[in-house]
Amino acid sequence: MKSLPLIFLGVFFTLAFSWTGIVLTSHLQMKDLTPVTAELVDKDDKPVGGGNFLVNGVTIKNTDGMTAYPLRPVGEAQRGKEIYEQMGCLYCHSQQVRRKGFGADFERGWGNRQSVARDYIEQDRVMLGTMRTGPDLTNVGLRYPELWQYQHIYNPQITSTGSTMPPYPFLFEVQTINELTGPSVEALELPANYHPGPGFEVIPTQRAKDLVSYLMSLNQDYELPEIKFTEE
Amino acid sequence: MSSKPSLVESINPTGEPSIDMKARLGEVDASMRQPAMLFLVSAVFWLLAGSAFAIMAAIKSTNPDFLGLSEWLTFGRVRTAHLNAMIFGWGNNVIFAVAPWIMGRLCKARIRHTNILLAAGIFWNIAVTVGIFGILRGDMVGVEWLEMPAYITPLVIITYALIGVWVVIAFRWRQSEHVYVSQWYILAAFFWLPWLYTIAQIMLIFEPATGVVQSLTNWWFAHNVLGLWLTPIAIATAYYLIPKVLGRPIHSYYLSVVGFWALALFYNWAGVHHLIGGPVPAWVISAGTVASVMMVIPVIVTAINHHLTVVGSHKDGWASPTIRFVMFGAINYTVVSLFGSAMALRHVNEVTHFTHFTVGHAHHGVYAFFTMIMFGAVYYMMPRLLFREWRNPFLIRVHWWMCGLGILLMVISLQIGGWIQGLEMNALDADGVPVHTFIQVVENTKPWLWLRSLSGLMLLVGHIAFAINVFWMIFSPKTEGQVTQPTLLTPTTEET
Repeated sequence: MKSLPLIFLGVFFTLAFSWTGIVLTSHLQMKDLTPVTAELVDKDDKPVGGGNFLVNGVTIKNTDGMTAYPLRPVGEAQRGKEIYEQMGCLYCHSQQVRRKGFGADFERGWGNRQSVARDYIEQDRVMLGTMRTGPDLTNVGLRYPELWQYQHIYNPQITSTGSTMPPYPFLFEVQTINELTGPSVEALELPANYHPGPGFEVIPTQRAKDLVSYLMSLNQDYELPEIKFTEE
Repeated sequence: MSSKPSLVESINPTGEPSIDMKARLGEVDASMRQPAMLFLVSAVFWLLAGSAFAIMAAIKSTNPDFLGLSEWLTFGRVRTAHLNAMIFGWGNNVIFAVAPWIMGRLCKARIRHTNILLAAGIFWNIAVTVGIFGILRGDMVGVEWLEMPAYITPLVIITYALIGVWVVIAFRWRQSEHVYVSQWYILAAFFWLPWLYTIAQIMLIFEPATGVVQSLTNWWFAHNVLGLWLTPIAIATAYYLIPKVLGRPIHSYYLSVVGFWALALFYNWAGVHHLIGGPVPAWVISAGTVASVMMVIPVIVTAINHHLTVVGSHKDGWASPTIRFVMFGAINYTVVSLFGSAMALRHVNEVTHFTHFTVGHAHHGVYAFFTMIMFGAVYYMMPRLLFREWRNPFLIRVHWWMCGLGILLMVISLQIGGWIQGLEMNALDADGVPVHTFIQVVENTKPWLWLRSLSGLMLLVGHIAFAINVFWMIFSPKTEGQVTQPTLLTPTTEET
């Protein structure tokens, strides 16, 4: 093994091999995935995916008048995703429900069906996550109301005593209550021991609103042709 | 040489023909002195910075209110600053010092135009500084191991190219007849990393792939930074230093060939084991699991080669700071890799996935294996570059014991704590209801995370001792001529 070209070729092909296998093949397998309506089945009642399909020579279309899932995150939710990214939420929270029987994702109420590849096609940054220092967030928008999300971000101890999640007070502003107009409609409802005191109120910044609207958008409460809700 | 050499002549790494082959090592050392010292000093600074971020992140993981008011120092950013400071600040800088130097020595090839390497060193450290600053201020990219914002990408690619070129030049014009195993690993690593990085940047940042193809690309890249960059460099360093210091040949040439190609073939595929159970094609996961298990082959082969070379010389090895650190790393390479293969098995992964067990495993690999070998290399390299001996053996002992015991405590506490965390997270009673609430699981990890913080402090003490010794050495007069033997930590066989 003295030859530079030989080593180079070996090194090149080993890396190209794994890239072809892991990345390219998966890309080819998934590139045609599109949002679909859940009722999309072929004539044998078998689930199929995609916008227009050729099944046994027949083109099958999405059902008219039904929402095709997954939805594309837009507006505040899309901006909130950037906050989620910048704060490093993904280092403690996953966004994937594993199949029933593999771990306890179902039993913990994190989802009632397994997450599948199609769930992520509309996301410009996929953050499946590799840690569950905190719970999975795939369906966090279904599991808690907005007020809970705001309080939990302001200080997690309010809603989850003993949590190791960091507080995000810098996503909120503490201001004095305007004497003429009274408390702001946006003021966050807080328990007494977390409240900044009489005469003050806590207002979520635009970033907090974006983040919460992103979290509220996290839900896989729809069925896809390839995956139905797991029955109890 | 003519007064105006052509380009080819000017990069010609061949030594002066009048100088004896053996003395050319000194020539190589002299040519590498400036760039290697720039990289080493930067590496030590990043090691300290990375340790400081680590301690902050560790304390925050049990006491979330610690520095809780600061957006710049929120857990997600400090933790990421820690990772990037350690991998790209400490790791890459020390590699850029050690790997071209070993390559140059083995090729008996001088590194010419070292101002290009110096420029690369400056580019690199600007890139990492700006990158980490970007993470802290909120420009972080939500892709693990690629968090540094995209505006540093050009600097990163330029640096990899500038340094890689010298490695290739040294190899192409090598003066030695034989090609040693370390040279394959270094050459391969310097090809692999820029490719990996470029493809990952394109497919994740500039032209993001659709859906979970991103996740697959992410873990193909991130695991390969370990497997095809840190690992081959550390293996190459161990292959170079163990025989060099102990004065005996490597156990088997043929095993080293098998080890190299098996690593090249299997490690590539292993990364997707980070997505077991996730929404990705099942066959990819199966392939990743198979490859992870197949990694046992190169690991055992390398273990045989490293360990059998040392057998019988334990006493000499223990006396040498270099061999102590390198052997600690080599032993942990075997252990951490076997753990890694086991963790890719679905039933083990069901427990360890998403827990601190994985964090422990990552530190086991990057620290107990890679970093410890790099410490060993620095202990060997600096006296030869600077003609100075280590100023204080006591500080070396502090460094050794604090880092050796510290990392063992860290790995053990995170892996026991993580295993319990995984079991409790999955535990169901007879009615299919989770036995522990999520908060209970979190509470039960806290004692282990406290132990982790303690181990982090031990590592910090070790790093400070190391840094003092390094700077003390740099700022002290040359000891050439006064010192007749290298710094030893215990008497060697001959003296007893």
